[in-house]
Formats: sequence, structure tokens, C-alpha cells
Amino acid sequence: MTTLISGTNIGRSIDRLEARDKVTGRVEYVHHLRLPGMLYGKILRANVPHARIKSIDVSAAAAVPGVYRVVTIDDIRTVIPHPYYGPAFHDQPILADGKVRFAGEPVAVVLAENKRVADEALGLISVEYEELPAVYDEVEAMTSPVIVHDELRPASTFPDLAHLKGRRGTNVALDYHLLRGDPSAAFQTADHVFEHTFHTQPVMHTPMEPFVAVADASDGRLTLHTASQGPSFVRIEIARLLGWPENRVRVKVPFLGGGFGAKLYIKLEALVTALSLLVERPVKVACTMEEQFFVVTRHPCTIAIKSGVTRDGRIVARTCNIVWNGGAYADIGPRVTQKAGLTAAGPYDIDNVEINSYAVYTNRPPAGALRGFGAPQTAWAYERHTDMIANALGIDRLAFRHKNLLRDGRPQASGTIMQDTALDTVLDRAAALIDWNQAFDRGTGRIRRGRGIAVSFKGITTPTTSVAIVNLYGDGSCGLYVGTVDMGQGSDTVLAQIAAETLNMDAASIRVIHPDTDVTPYDMGTLGSRSTFHMGTAVRLAAEDANAKIAALARELNVPPNSNIPLQELLRRKYGMQAGNIIGVGSFIPGYEKPDANGQSRKATPFWGVGAAAAEVEVDTETGQYTITKLINIADVGVAINPRMVVAQLSGAAIMQLGFTTTEDMLFHEGQLTNGSLADYKIPTLLDLPQKFINEFIASRQQDGPYGAKGAGEVTTLALSPAIGSALADAIGANLPNLPLTPESVFQALKAIPQNAQPGE
Amino acid sequence: MRSLGNDVTTPRFIKFTLNGRAVATHVMPHESLVDVLTERFDLRGARESCGQGLCGCCTVVVNGKAVSGCLSLAWLIDGATITTVEGLATGASLSVVQQAFIDTGAFQCGFCTPGFILMVTQLLETYPDPDDEHIRHYLAGNLCRCSAYPEIVQAVRLAADRRKKEWVAS
Repeated sequence: MTTLISGTNIGRSIDRLEARDKVTGRVEYVHHLRLPGMLYGKILRANVPHARIKSIDVSAAAAVPGVYRVVTIDDIRTVIPHPYYGPAFHDQPILADGKVRFAGEPVAVVLAENKRVADEALGLISVEYEELPAVYDEVEAMTSPVIVHDELRPASTFPDLAHLKGRRGTNVALDYHLLRGDPSAAFQTADHVFEHTFHTQPVMHTPMEPFVAVADASDGRLTLHTASQGPSFVRIEIARLLGWPENRVRVKVPFLGGGFGAKLYIKLEALVTALSLLVERPVKVACTMEEQFFVVTRHPCTIAIKSGVTRDGRIVARTCNIVWNGGAYADIGPRVTQKAGLTAAGPYDIDNVEINSYAVYTNRPPAGALRGFGAPQTAWAYERHTDMIANALGIDRLAFRHKNLLRDGRPQASGTIMQDTALDTVLDRAAALIDWNQAFDRGTGRIRRGRGIAVSFKGITTPTTSVAIVNLYGDGSCGLYVGTVDMGQGSDTVLAQIAAETLNMDAASIRVIHPDTDVTPYDMGTLGSRSTFHMGTAVRLAAEDANAKIAALARELNVPPNSNIPLQELLRRKYGMQAGNIIGVGSFIPGYEKPDANGQSRKATPFWGVGAAAAEVEVDTETGQYTITKLINIADVGVAINPRMVVAQLSGAAIMQLGFTTTEDMLFHEGQLTNGSLADYKIPTLLDLPQKFINEFIASRQQDGPYGAKGAGEVTTLALSPAIGSALADAIGANLPNLPLTPESVFQALKAIPQNAQPGE
Repeated sequence: MRSLGNDVTTPRFIKFTLNGRAVATHVMPHESLVDVLTERFDLRGARESCGQGLCGCCTVVVNGKAVSGCLSLAWLIDGATITTVEGLATGASLSVVQQAFIDTGAFQCGFCTPGFILMVTQLLETYPDPDDEHIRHYLAGNLCRCSAYPEIVQAVRLAADRRKKEWVAS
């Protein structure tokens, strides 16, 4: 199973470079950072979902002993005249600007030398609101007279979102369309047409280290210490807000206590910047766990899929209409809408496809990226739909998938030719591990059993750039300078393994220099399974550049080729002492072709994420309670650079998605979140692991990946939910169209079955 | 339970043993143990995350018992013996549990790791040979969002084995 190139750094399960610091508790997080003279900011959040702010009275709060200053948007404007930010739209004000658009939106900040004093003073701020009608449901928001933003102001930071246009009088921030072939004609000729609608719920990343940032502005320069997944973007966006050149903004990121897509783009950074500029002291803002739910979430969405199928089970046409509930601010929702739109028809070979995907504003907390950029939501829909068709036609669910699967060399819905996608292999491995071809006892009484299977894929954000620097010092030791953020996925270790392989060194001896925009070069962001592929390639190129420079130095010193003189000796000969550097630079941007008006492109993704899952469940048909007795996740990660670490990542992502499948659901009542804490919002614990839980990668190779590798951070979040949904449907004979799959929803589905067809009767 | 009386604004002077050393500090009556360890003693191992005693990231051992540092008032630990994750290693030598976490790769981001390590240490001191079910229940109050749970169970098994071997050898 393990692709091991013996005697090298690739395919070796070395320990994380920072392992000792993590088990001794000494590892560095922004969470712990305190600077001399630092003030603490606490955020007052709106308690109404949609309202005009009539007045804010901060006098009582400002009078509390120990309070340094209370800040509203009027103060912010004195240092940042146009205080709106965002990666796709410049729609989010640093603090509410005359209007609030969701309950939980930041309205004012208390700055104090002590966070408890700040917290206490918050309660003394009085805000008078004039409430407005609000819209919460994404489908309703498509046509609602309630408009969340009067005017849409697109940013133009990223090339894949460059076509966004300013609009008025609509909640639709972006619509993505893909058309291949002639679906309407194909539906006419199909023997069967199936149409189903699915829904997914809002969930939150809940990293254990909540959002935190520290800004230190002085003398026309700014240093930001932030728990961010994208230091380069933070610098660009903060420099834009300030009207400063990038070189006056320094962004430093140590380790992150989890990210999962939450800590991308701008979260607290613009706020702490403005606060520090205002008071000319370092300022720290750290969210509580409860506040995290108001910062960013995963999009709930409504997905309608229609398929035309021939009598013998070939899918000939498919349309997908997806509405994404983006909440009050776009964040990266437009990219989610686009990227997940691309693969919304599933990993199937269908000649006629139409996809319409809409990013919609509502009066809910903003939604953004969460481990899959929307692909887990669409996979829930297309894989459940696939099962329902197979069952209706009386074809085995696995056989139906095999009959329609996209294979390498065939065009995906965008026209991009599939390459290095082990879809058949992952599906077959999942089927084998769940004994799909063996007889299965579904039970007859109160306890029923079922099994399910699913396969899925995702495209990768593109085009994006990574730059890496390999710096070999006078003694021959190596520093690796990368903007990739190690948030737990193990990028420091994997990138060191790639550098070491190219430099012929031991990975454990390499020092990885953490993101510091004064020092480390540009990287688009640690997101969307891109780091191993993109930064890994940049690191390999940087190391090759260093090797070429070492060879050039040897030639300059008239050292015969292959004489194996160590670098430190070459540098000593050149400089007469232990001195000098060899600096190798590598930069990587994958091939890309901008999609045409119909979403057609010859290169829509640098690579494909590919995974399959299989599950077995046992259901108590009296109560709806169920147990996942077996859960299998199979991924195509290309060549595994560090097998043990990648399996842990696959397993971790699967358990996270298990929470999103079974228990996690942000509940709202009239726009107010009612379960925003770990007391009421239940994430998986050790007790929630399936009885049998297998996570594997299959043997494969990404031809253009660094040493054959590709990204793996999201791939087990895709097929898991539909595999469990498939197993539940198999057990109870009814389909649950909506996530999460709670015992209550199972019970309701059982109740809805006509009495004479009830299982357990 | 000690009583604070009506005076909630005067700092208290407390003395306690922290990772084997006698220490003293002034604390306000409302200050939590995790804040005092972080802000007065610059310890990073206990971290506040959920702030409700639900996640275990702020776990601290007080008089031999693991507690949530975010829910413990600092002034109440006057005279107590406190162990944090920083007190587990002896010089360069990691504890059996710490080493087992490295050898099984039982963490990703590491934010919850000190809490888990303290709980596992207490588990093995109380029950040297736990089965998987016991391990899962004992550690159910510690949350890991990276979900390194299967590896954590492996770490506990490995640490239990090594402790047994050490015990046999001695």
C-alpha cells in the first residue's frame, strides 16, 4: 500500500519537526503572545439580525476605571477612511457602519489593559437599533425584497474571481454557470428522469485555538502577529486598506491551533490594525469559543439535481442548481460557489451537463471555506441522488457507479481531461473493505442494518502561486523559507522532506522558517489541499536552483565534477572562512485556462482530489438511534511523502466530517444563534469513533506533483456523509435528504414510511 | 470550601508548589488558574479554549487531580501542589506518555495535546492497564478538533506497555 522509495526522505514517516515542542507545551501560538504596553480589545456584538444603528452611547463604558478607549466605526475611519475588506467583495466593514447585517456582527470595541475590565465595560455600551426585516433562507433570499447589501463592491485580488461585477438590488453575489452538450435535448431522449433536492446545514470549524491577532503599529510601520492561514493575503489586504506599500506591513505567523479554512483571508487583522493605529500601542483581540461562531461558518445550501438515465443505467444528462447561503458578508463564498459548482455533477462521465451555482447574501453569520470549499455539500447531494437512481432502476449501487464513472482521458463537465485520478481504485478498495460482494444481513426485527458507499472528487483553487527560498548557510546547514502555515497538517515536516530529498540531506536537520512577510516569500495561502502540491513544487525548484548554484560555485573554484566536496568546504575556499550563502529560489504557478462563458476550460484544476467511503450502520427502528459499525475512507493522495502523517490527516478530516454528518448544526431562531458554544454544539469526542474505522491511501502517483504527491487535507470530507446516508437508507428503506443525520431525522423518516412498508413490523 | 467574604477587590497573596518549585504571587479573587499560570508564570501548556470546562485544553493537575484551569479560581490553590505539562519532562528526557505521543504521531496542531497528556498520565497512574473502551471514556472530556483520536488511543496503549516493561525491569 505504501509507495516507498527506499533510502530517501520520501515515503518516510518521520516525526513532526516540532514534535517535542508540542508535547512539552512550549510550542509558539499567537494565543500566548503578550507585548509590552499591549491593550486587550473585546468586541461588542449586535444582538439583532438586521437593523439600522440609530445611536451608540459609549460614555458609561469609557468611564470604567482601566478602560483605555471605546472604539466605533467613526473612530476607525480616522485611520482607515474606507474601512471595508474581503477577498471577493469589499463588503465587510471593520465595525458595523450604520447598519448591522447579522446577529453577532462586531459593533464596538473596548480597549483596556486587562481583558476582564474590557469584558465588563462591554455591557455598559448602549446601542439603539431600528430593526429591519431580515432574510435567512438562501432560496428565499434569491427573490426576497429584503436586500442585505445596497450595492455589491467586488474586489479584484484573485484572478479566478476577477470577473465579479458590482450589482444593485439583489442578494445574489455571484452566479456560476457551466454548460456542456445539450442537456434539454438529452432529457427528451432519456428513458428515465430523476429529480431530487437536498439540503445541508450551517456548521463551524471550531479550531481549539480561537481567532486571535495582535497588531503593533508605530512609526509608519505595522507588525501583525496573527493566527492566519494566509499571511501574504493579509499583508496585501492590510496594505490596501492603509494605502501603504507592502513593505511597511509585516505579518508573522507561528504555529496555529487548528485552522480548517476558518483562519483564511481577513478575520481580526483589519480590526486590530485600526485599533493599534488609533491608540499607538500594541493591541490584541482574541475571540472566545462562542464568538468563533460569528466569524465564519460553512455554507448551508440547497441543491436540486436532475438526471436523465437510459434503461440500462447510463446517465446521459444532468442539471444541478445550487444555492449557497453565504450569510451577511461574502468572505470567500464566491470561490466556494465556483469551485464546488465545477464538480457538482459528480465524478461521472456525462455528455450533457448544466450547472448553476449561486452565492447568496442573507442575515446570518458569514460563510466561507471549510475543508472542501463546498465540495462536501455537493457530494452529499450527487452521491445520494446517484444511489436513489440506482435503487429505482434496480441496479447495484456500486455497479451503477462503475458504469458511469469518469475515467482518465475522458473530459470532465468543464471539458478538462481527467488525469491521475484513481476513482475506480478508491471505489474498489472501499467496496472490498466493506465486503460489498458478500451477502449482508439487514436484520428483520427492531434492529436493522444497512451499508452504503460513495465516491467523490474535487477541483483545486487555481491559478495560485507559491514561492520558496532554500538558504544554505556557511556550514552547509539549511533554512527553508516558506509562507505555508503549519496549522497541524504537518507542512513544515513534509516540505522539509521534499527539500531534503532534492538537496540530499536529512529532513530532520532542516530548519523551516515560519511565515514572516519581511523574510519569507509570497504564498497564496494554506488552503484547499494546495500546499504539498504547490509549495512542495516551489520547494523542489528552490532546492534544484540551490544545487545548480553549488555546481556553478564548484566550477568557479575549478573543482572537478563529482568530486563530492561538501558545500561548507566550497564556501570556505571561496570566502576564506565560514561565510556566505547559497540561496535557491523556486516559484510555481500551475497551468490554467480561464473558463469560457459556459465554464469550459482545458485546464480547470491543477489536480483532482479523489476519495471514496463506505459505511455500515445499525439502526434501532423504534427510536431512530443508530450506530456506525464500520466506516472506511480511501483516498488518492498521489505518493505519500509521510505515510503516517497523511493517514492521520485523512482520519482526522473524516472524523471532523463525521461531526458535520451526525451532530453538528448551528441552530438559529429568528436570526439568533441558539447553540453557539461547545456545551450545545457537539463536536466529535473519542466516544464518537465508529466501532471499526479504517483510513487508507491507495498506490498512485500525481505525474506533475513533487515526487508524485498531491494534496490530501480535504479529500476524506467528501464521500463520507453520503456513504453514511446511503447506509441509513439501505437500513430503513427511506432517504434522508438533509444533513445532519440525527436520530430524530431517522425517526421522522421512519414515521413517514407508509405503515404497511414499515421495517420492524 | 474557603470563603472569600465580601471582599472581591483586594488581591490575595498565595503560595503554592508549581512543577516542584515553591512559588508565590498576588492574584485577584476572580482570576482563573489558567490565566495566572499564563500571565504570571509564562507557562503555555494550559490553554483556555472553550472557557467552559468542556474541552480539556486548560487541564492542570492540582494536588494529584486533573482539573479545568479555566474553571478553577486561582486564589483557592493557596498551599496546593500544581503540575502542568511543563513539569512532566525531566531535563531532556520526556515522560513515557510524552514520548508515546511522539512515537504514535498522536497530535496535529498540538493545542489540545498538553491536556491529553496530563489526562493520560493520570489515567495510567490510576489504571495501569486500561482497555480501549476505558481509554475512550476516560478521555471523552478532552476535545481534539484535528481528531487525532485513533492515534491518541495508540499512544495510551504504547505508554501503558512501556510503563509495564519499566515496572518489570525495576
